[in-house]
Amino acid sequence: MSGWKVFGSRVKRLEDPALLTGQGRFVDDIILPEMLHAAFVRSPHGHAKITEIDVEQARSMDGVHAVYTLNDFRPHLANERLVVGLPSPAYKQELDRPTLADGEVVYVGEPVAIVVADTRYIAEDAAAIVIVDYDILPAVADCRAALEDGSPLAHSTSPHNILAQFDMGYGEVDAVFESAPHVYSESMWQHRGGSHSIECRGAVSFYDPTEDLLTLYSATQAAHTAKNVLIDMLGLNENQIRVIIPDVGGGFGPKLVFYQEDVSVVLAAKLLGRPVKWTEDRREHFISTTQERDQFWEVEIAVDDDGKILGIRGSMIHDHGAYTARGINLAFNSALIVSLPYDVPCYYMDVVLAVTNKVPVTPVRGAGHPQGIFVMERLLDRAARELGIDRPEIRRRNLIPTEQLPFTKGLKTRGDAPIVLDSGDYLACMEDALERVDFGGFPARQKKALEEGRYIGVGIANYVKGTGRGPFETVTVRIGPSGKIMVYSGAAAMGQSTHTMLTQIVAEYLGGDMSNVEVVTGDSSVVPMGIGGSASRQTVTAGSSALLAAQEVRDKALKIAAHMLEASEEDLEIEGSEIRVKGVPDLKVGLGQVAHAVAGTPGYALPGGIEPGMEATKNFMIDDLTFVNGTAAVEVEVDPETGKVSFVKYVIVHDCGTVVNPMIVDGQVIGGTAHGIGNALFEWMGYDESAQPITTNFAEYLLVSAPEMPHIELGHMESPTPLNPLGVKGVGECGVVPAPAAIISAVENALSPFGVHIDQVPLRPPEIVEKIQRAKALAS
Amino acid sequence: MGETKKISLSVNGKTYEEEVEVRFHLADFLRQQLGLTGTHLGCEHGVCGACTILLNGRSVRSCLLLAVQADGQEITTIEGIAPSEDEMHPLQEAFRDNHGLQCGFCTPGMLTTLIEFLGDNPDPTEREVREAISGNLCRCTGYQGIVAAALDAAQRLREAKGA
Repeated sequence: MSGWKVFGSRVKRLEDPALLTGQGRFVDDIILPEMLHAAFVRSPHGHAKITEIDVEQARSMDGVHAVYTLNDFRPHLANERLVVGLPSPAYKQELDRPTLADGEVVYVGEPVAIVVADTRYIAEDAAAIVIVDYDILPAVADCRAALEDGSPLAHSTSPHNILAQFDMGYGEVDAVFESAPHVYSESMWQHRGGSHSIECRGAVSFYDPTEDLLTLYSATQAAHTAKNVLIDMLGLNENQIRVIIPDVGGGFGPKLVFYQEDVSVVLAAKLLGRPVKWTEDRREHFISTTQERDQFWEVEIAVDDDGKILGIRGSMIHDHGAYTARGINLAFNSALIVSLPYDVPCYYMDVVLAVTNKVPVTPVRGAGHPQGIFVMERLLDRAARELGIDRPEIRRRNLIPTEQLPFTKGLKTRGDAPIVLDSGDYLACMEDALERVDFGGFPARQKKALEEGRYIGVGIANYVKGTGRGPFETVTVRIGPSGKIMVYSGAAAMGQSTHTMLTQIVAEYLGGDMSNVEVVTGDSSVVPMGIGGSASRQTVTAGSSALLAAQEVRDKALKIAAHMLEASEEDLEIEGSEIRVKGVPDLKVGLGQVAHAVAGTPGYALPGGIEPGMEATKNFMIDDLTFVNGTAAVEVEVDPETGKVSFVKYVIVHDCGTVVNPMIVDGQVIGGTAHGIGNALFEWMGYDESAQPITTNFAEYLLVSAPEMPHIELGHMESPTPLNPLGVKGVGECGVVPAPAAIISAVENALSPFGVHIDQVPLRPPEIVEKIQRAKALAS
Repeated sequence: MGETKKISLSVNGKTYEEEVEVRFHLADFLRQQLGLTGTHLGCEHGVCGACTILLNGRSVRSCLLLAVQADGQEITTIEGIAPSEDEMHPLQEAFRDNHGLQCGFCTPGMLTTLIEFLGDNPDPTEREVREAISGNLCRCTGYQGIVAAALDAAQRLREAKGA
């Protein structure tokens, strides 16, 4: 957009200089005087009764200050459980995590006791000699088995292993399927893994008796949530606990969750009267940080002879893990998103969340959406193949055309708001992606490759995703006598350039000098309420509040300056940190002077009868999700001998509305794509039959590294949403959502000469080889 | 405290004589004892590369070395890369210009790895850069900005040398 000073441009990030020179301050970088270090004793069993915990030997070790179990904490807890589940009528039971194991452990990694010592080394030594006697109980590892009659119970006190059950849909599904000319059914297994931010979780807490204040520094995505849970659990008032988010080394979802370790570290600091630090190690991250995991889908699509969708129906079993650390939202997202980009006349999905003896499941970047998109795109590929229609063509016939937007679907959000697709041009996005990957020229390329004995394939996937989840994110913009523009928000930064984004928006209206703006996020003491970083929401929510607050402060500043300069407001402009009369550069007043004028002097009226203080606080309210959309188009080559998948080309064309900073948007989309490639081809969090995790390091669990990662070609469309004043949509999860669907489509296409059919993610090399062998055996 | 040993080493050009626990790994020593927290720990089993430092000019995992093994050696960490307090190294500048970092947690290891690599290979191809950082995991960027930054830095360094 022309005419902007900094908004919309590729300005350099404010976060970078500190991070590039080793001056960042991550939670493990915080070193306080007299600080002690914590380690946790964790369950080695998927399911067991605790018959005895003997901590005496550990307690008496040199350098050990305390060993606490739940019994030790109990007198100090107003509420022993972490009650964090999002509300839903679908729950069949409440499974809130205890602060520390309460007589029974239900997953490997569940914290049983906390040891606090002079060093982390001593704390780990002592944790190793805490003696816990377990009676091992049968464990439930598979979410399908969990629902069968006679399955062991994941919790011995539960009546069954169903956490929740719900359905959603619209239209006369059964009637449509009964009369449909073509019905195709698919069974799919989908799996995602951990977040694996390169920084693990961590917490530092200390108690200040002078202020009667507990402080928690936490690598969390949600400071205010953490504060509220601590108020609830420790029986504090709002003045007695402050949560601060330092630099965070990636979040990707699981750091949104409040954990047992957080409250344990805070309590230990309070009881010992000294700062306590806990830093999660990578093995702990594998076994105790929440993950996404298995979903098993049984789905059907009904189509007419032309490939027009008549309906979709099915059921899904979702592995919830052992406790509710977030809610039913993940499975809900998956079921909700399936049909969204397409005109689907009727839809029905029945969903069961099964309790298993595994670490709790909560959203990882993408939050169930990649799975729903995978289901839809696989069904369309199947229908296209059966009907002999080109894969893009069947999508052209079913995508919702831009003329029909806003388009109201027959489904509702978890907050019961109608799903309305707000803006975009899904078809144009797809056509652009097809062109960039030269889909039209692919058959000739494939023919040539096959003649050379090479197996190449092309795949596409369309997606929409709801972003900018409300209801609000507070932003305060304040100018004090220093003239510096301070921005405070409940938003949380964990690598998404949040400070740069907010600064660009605020600076645009207040002088255009980004160096004059300072942003504080993730500190519960600077704004009373906050939601935090999740669901691709902060540019939409905090960005909109920042815009409104900056505009209000600007108006006020101009009004006061007009009074001070004896000029008309219309003749004033803000340039850098000064307000001046246009065309008369010497007639000016500094932002600091203006702020000073309304800071108040005892006994003197404020100029022009203006309200005191140069500040505005805004909570832009949002009910509806704004939907991003896009298309991934991928060409791969598969080595049928080794099962290796190599990328020939990877294109993503996307539309996230108005762009605040194109560089940051590119980074978000490419980074998300890398995560999606990992989900499609590498990442698998394995458990054996006794629910023992079997992939607990980076040799067993593979993240995408630079050589496997293709160059991502990006295409941008910009359809501003009418739902917020900036016209922005979220972008943090865009890349990950279509990746598994597009990649698997391409791999299946490459292996079409063998007749291989793929109904799963991840798809790892041995499975590709096995599928080829099975297809060959069937053919002969 | 367990058994300790006195070591002497140079870190970022400064000489330290320190009594260190023999079981402390080098990264913990740098971070906790010397307060150089710019070196990060991501996995502590030698895969993620976040803790990479330069030991006598060569990139090593500081989580896989004991502090006592650094006795008498010369170490450079992220804090010692920039030529001065108000000037960044061309590689650091290139990272900023090419959006080579988001959360910044893997960045110290990326920078140290690439400083060694660009010293050995001043005019690399994209593929060579990708191989060079294959032992450094990044969960934010998808590596594209990092690769672009490395190629950009290589050019800046070549130009500076030629000038």
